Amino acid sequence: MLKTFPKGGIHPPENKITAEKRIRRMTVPKVVYVPIAQHIGIPSEIIVEKKDKVEIGQVIAKSGGFVSSNIHSPVAGVVTKLDMIIDTSGYKKQCIVIRTDVKNESNFEEKEYPLKSQIKMAPKAILQRISDYGIVGLGGATFPSHVKLNVKEGVKLDCLLINGVECEPYLTADHRLMLEKADEIVVGIKILLVALNINKAIIGIENNKKDAIKLFKELTKNEPNIQVAVLQVKYPQGGEKQLVKAILGREVPKNGLPLDVGVIVHNVGTVFAIYEAVQYNKPLTERVVTVTGKKLENPSNFWVKIGTPITDLVEEVGGLPEGTRKLVNGGPMMGKAIKNTDVPVTKGTSGILIISEEEASRGEAKNCIRCGECVFVCPMGLEPHLLMNLTEKGFYEKASNEDIMTCIECGSCSYVCPSHRPLLDYIRFGKNIVKKLQTAKN
Amino acid sequence: MSTQPIIISASPHVHSDRTSKKLMYDVVIALIPAFLVSLYVFGIRAFIVTAVAIISCLLFEYLIQKYLMKTEVTIGDGSALLTGILLAFNLPSGLPIWMIVIGSLVAIGIAKLSFGGLGFNIFNPALIGRVFLLVSFPVQMTMWPTAVENNTTIADAVTGATPLGVIKEGLMFGDTMSTIATKIPSTVELFIGITGGSIGEMSALALLIGGVYLIVRKVITWHIPITMLVTMAVMTGIFWMVNPEQYANPLIHILSGGALLGAFFMATDLVTSPVTKKGMIIFAIGIAVITVVIRLFGAYPEGVSFAILIMNAFVPLINTYFKPRRFGSKIKSKIV
Repeated sequence: MLKTFPKGGIHPPENKITAEKRIRRMTVPKVVYVPIAQHIGIPSEIIVEKKDKVEIGQVIAKSGGFVSSNIHSPVAGVVTKLDMIIDTSGYKKQCIVIRTDVKNESNFEEKEYPLKSQIKMAPKAILQRISDYGIVGLGGATFPSHVKLNVKEGVKLDCLLINGVECEPYLTADHRLMLEKADEIVVGIKILLVALNINKAIIGIENNKKDAIKLFKELTKNEPNIQVAVLQVKYPQGGEKQLVKAILGREVPKNGLPLDVGVIVHNVGTVFAIYEAVQYNKPLTERVVTVTGKKLENPSNFWVKIGTPITDLVEEVGGLPEGTRKLVNGGPMMGKAIKNTDVPVTKGTSGILIISEEEASRGEAKNCIRCGECVFVCPMGLEPHLLMNLTEKGFYEKASNEDIMTCIECGSCSYVCPSHRPLLDYIRFGKNIVKKLQTAKN
Repeated sequence: MSTQPIIISASPHVHSDRTSKKLMYDVVIALIPAFLVSLYVFGIRAFIVTAVAIISCLLFEYLIQKYLMKTEVTIGDGSALLTGILLAFNLPSGLPIWMIVIGSLVAIGIAKLSFGGLGFNIFNPALIGRVFLLVSFPVQMTMWPTAVENNTTIADAVTGATPLGVIKEGLMFGDTMSTIATKIPSTVELFIGITGGSIGEMSALALLIGGVYLIVRKVITWHIPITMLVTMAVMTGIFWMVNPEQYANPLIHILSGGALLGAFFMATDLVTSPVTKKGMIIFAIGIAVITVVIRLFGAYPEGVSFAILIMNAFVPLINTYFKPRRFGSKIKSKIV
């Protein structure tokens, strides 16, 4: 039996159509739009001005607090304006617009970075590097990595989990990265082990990526500290709490963090970014993005500079197909629908999904038939139908007592509901209000 | 870019292809084997009763929703169709047509729509219809045309009691089980379906095929039917082992009197059963215990319908007290 988390979960059609496509380097865009709020926490503070010349990798916005991150210029060029643009959240956010200097060769050189496996730095210095080079969680949550790695004295920590699950349908960014940068990722894991001063790391990979499993098993054969855990294909296994439970059998307490059970989880993309930052002084200015959709001419995986407008990506795969009705930043289960392609790629963009007419519209919501399907699939042991009802009727206190705040918003309930009820929509709404009520109380 | 606007909605952006309608029609499909057996045993009467029940359920739902409630008409969702079929399956094949129509009116009008329609009813509509008829017309509701010897279809005139009725009556007159056993169909006959009873409960085999289909299609889970049947077998088994001359053996109990029909099709009704697996097990045990108590010590030979309706009333309570275990609650720290 393959490992997996015991409660709930679904298995939607995988649709990993880009799994065989090598990651291509995206052409350098003429203009990049770099939002200053690309991570969870306090937005960064802009330290450049209009008309400033910037170099590639130069800090253009510095960390605005403890839970924040530096932002570096993805290109060499000139700051043309500091503007408000709509980003993937759908809100207008401040952003730095940089015109690429087409004459500057540093923008276009495609350096090969040979594998550098010797780790010379001390734990403190590694953490400083991760913090300086703006590394955030690339799995989607974009939590600043140095904060996560900053384990207080006396906290028991014994295991590092590497998340190579990529349970979202369609997305293949992590899968491709694992295949193409496996050696680097293994070195990255060792760097993290040094930084955390522990000696156990486990890479979790779902069984639909057999090539990656084989590769990593091969590579870690002589690494006593690194193991590979093969996991049953089940969504949302990439969720931190589910992953910890699946691999180690430990259950993160309610409202707690993996650290409470002695675990830190990092995504494979993040590990690779950490490798580059520590070994090659490379700030986080690009990432892998899957551009996909059933009707696309040439769905692909790309290395994309942060700030590249999604329009450029869409053109690269053959343009928006006829009948496109939905654009999603991220995967189909947890991604955010965006209004148009003017939005830039940020540190948290793992994929762009283009959905056609047939799949885009939701079914009409019917009466709840109390089939209990949402209860069966909820990985957190909640009762989505009840939470929706309570929220709908305004019983926020009761919803809070029913643990509405522990919902991880994986969307499994809405996915399975045979009556097409917008369960997660209501739960999100309820969570927002409960949060406001709680802050008001304090 | 296409001319149609881009849709913005919250995640998830995909949906499984299951719909309530498909679930309902899956149950209808699962009932086909049992229907075929009843056609074979009861002939055209089985068809007439079922057709009348279906048509009147659909018609009453249409009329009430259109003219009385003035809401959207939902006869296409398969739910009223299913109520009609299940009601018919719980009736004797010789029942006068006007009684079937009244049963349908009670099932749809009172048990379903007066509570607010699909999803809001507390009690299983088909069973409410059946029990209403049973207490209103006890004579007609317990006149069971039986299979004629030599296996041809039934003549209207031949009526008899169901196996459980025979047993109850026999025990009342002081007969022992070994004498009664000669008067009821053998276990094999019960299993295949040559016995007296209501339209849908004839063949245990056909019902099992339908039940397995429902479990395979994931319309229902095993929790309710298996728990219910096992509990019934254990309880009746204990009594039988204590005194085999006074109590029928567990196989007779499970194969007759609508136990299988109830376990797989009536108790598992999505709307009127609990939403958690723990709750389902409690619910099923409750049904089994009440059924056995009614059968062994009550006035009626059969008790599944009453047991299910009684437990239906407990479902909200069960849902409140048997919740799924919240992830991360009440755990021992397990740092190795």
